[in-house]
Amino acid sequence: MAIIEVTGVRKTYAGRDVVDGVSFSVDEGEIFGILGPNGAGKTTTVECVEGLRIPDAGTVRVAGLDPVADHDRVTRLLGAQLQESELQAKLTVREALELYAALYPAPVDWRPLADRLGLTDRLSTRFAKLSGGQKQRLFIALALIGDPKVVVLDELTTGLDPRARRDTWKLIEEIRDGGVTVLLVTHFMEEAQRLCDRIAVIDRGKVVALDTPAGLIRQATGSTVISFAPSRPLTGPDLARLTALPGVASVTPPDREGALTVHGTDETVTPFVSLLAGLGVTARRLRITETSLDEAFLDLTGQDA
Amino acid sequence: MPTETTTAPATAPTPRVTRRRGPAAAVLIAETRLFLREPGNLFWIFAFPSVLLVILGFIPAFKEAQDDLGGRRVIDLYVPISILLAMITAAVQAMPPVLTAYRERGILRRMFVTPVRPSALLSAQILLHGAACLASALLVTAVGRIAYGVALPEQLPGYLLALLLAVAAALTLGSMICAVSRTAKAATAFGTGAYLVMMFSAGVWLPVQAMPDALRRIVEITPFGAASQALQQAASGSWPGWIHLGILALWTVVLGIAAARLFRWQ
Repeated sequence: MAIIEVTGVRKTYAGRDVVDGVSFSVDEGEIFGILGPNGAGKTTTVECVEGLRIPDAGTVRVAGLDPVADHDRVTRLLGAQLQESELQAKLTVREALELYAALYPAPVDWRPLADRLGLTDRLSTRFAKLSGGQKQRLFIALALIGDPKVVVLDELTTGLDPRARRDTWKLIEEIRDGGVTVLLVTHFMEEAQRLCDRIAVIDRGKVVALDTPAGLIRQATGSTVISFAPSRPLTGPDLARLTALPGVASVTPPDREGALTVHGTDETVTPFVSLLAGLGVTARRLRITETSLDEAFLDLTGQDA
Repeated sequence: MPTETTTAPATAPTPRVTRRRGPAAAVLIAETRLFLREPGNLFWIFAFPSVLLVILGFIPAFKEAQDDLGGRRVIDLYVPISILLAMITAAVQAMPPVLTAYRERGILRRMFVTPVRPSALLSAQILLHGAACLASALLVTAVGRIAYGVALPEQLPGYLLALLLAVAAALTLGSMICAVSRTAKAATAFGTGAYLVMMFSAGVWLPVQAMPDALRRIVEITPFGAASQALQQAASGSWPGWIHLGILALWTVVLGIAAARLFRWQ
């Protein structure tokens, strides 16, 4: 069942469509990723979900409620970690947790929450003195403190070291396992691939793909990568026949060690093997791999690496 | 999210129970703590006006009755002036950078996505700065009375009314500075500019009552010039002129409406 529904949302700033007809729906209990390059409109989209921005067109529903008209009720269901927000510099961790707990009608007990987030030994530390990772963990705690049904996490792991990032991922999975739906904004491919049940790829304000991580990889052109070193150099006509095989997107000329790379699909593999047999060529160092989500992403968003 | 069972056997030690406070009260308590953690602001708002009064009292001529002041002494005039100085410092100098930083650093946005409106945060700050002004006023009055025998205001209700209107005008002026300042730095710059002008009009350097007529008529139109006149009149026993009280009220309304319209959350 969908807990977040975004339909045809459009937001224009200074004549530019920052969000241009974005639609997606997030099912209860899933981790839904919004992936896209910087400036693609990811944050603006989730700010419409949080009620921080009013869409110029389209509708947003959180558990059937309008985040602008029913803002008060939505804030009780939805916890948010915002990109680039801070707390009062001299507020301690304990005071922040107590304060935010008092803002909600039925908060969770902040002590076990702080414990789970590794904040217990930082309770008397002022916000300004926390490290980047500690600040992020505090913001996760504040997003969860009102016992929400949905949390929106915007660029949560930006600025964290690899270890802290992995710890945070584990935490997000625990949040989901606790029955909370997670809407995750990210530009890290690895993060999206590891965590998300489904991903909407947003580019220049539009959803360019929406699928599971594995599905996105399959959708990308040239998703099957065949690399091999032919036992003899291939002639021009040989290469032409190779390029003409079903599903082939591109053939990269031999590298210094004489290996060629063919970008194709699943359909390419069998005809490829037959062609080589027909030509009397043996494929040395043959590797058939799937492209990474990284490359699928670059393909989907039409970006150069 | 389920983190712990909330029901415990009756024999188990009772877990510490968080006392439930209303959201607005919780915001006010947190902001009060933060307010008390700014020793600089506390000194300039709460202590400095009284210190200034004490220092001025060391000047012998200030303690002599003057005919052109209706038999009052200069030090008598400086009690209300020091109170106005506290208000200007709190509302125009101290408050705008705090509120502007709350917006600039996304603290208001963060509060916007909770069930409490960010206006709770602004109200708490305005209330605290107002309270600090009144506390400072009390201290200045006590110091004047004890150290230099300055008479307590003879027309007390009129004096209190003028005091409250002056605080309101000061706070709305400070709010207006927040509304037009994009950054905390800009708020500090605007605030400092306004601070000097307001100190002059309140009579910190030259009491309004001692200004030449033409200058005094101009200064009386400003919120603190009007406040200064109203407080002096009430201090010496007459009901403060309605024109002065009216000017103060008008400034409060105009600045308040403008600040509310111009203020942006993000």
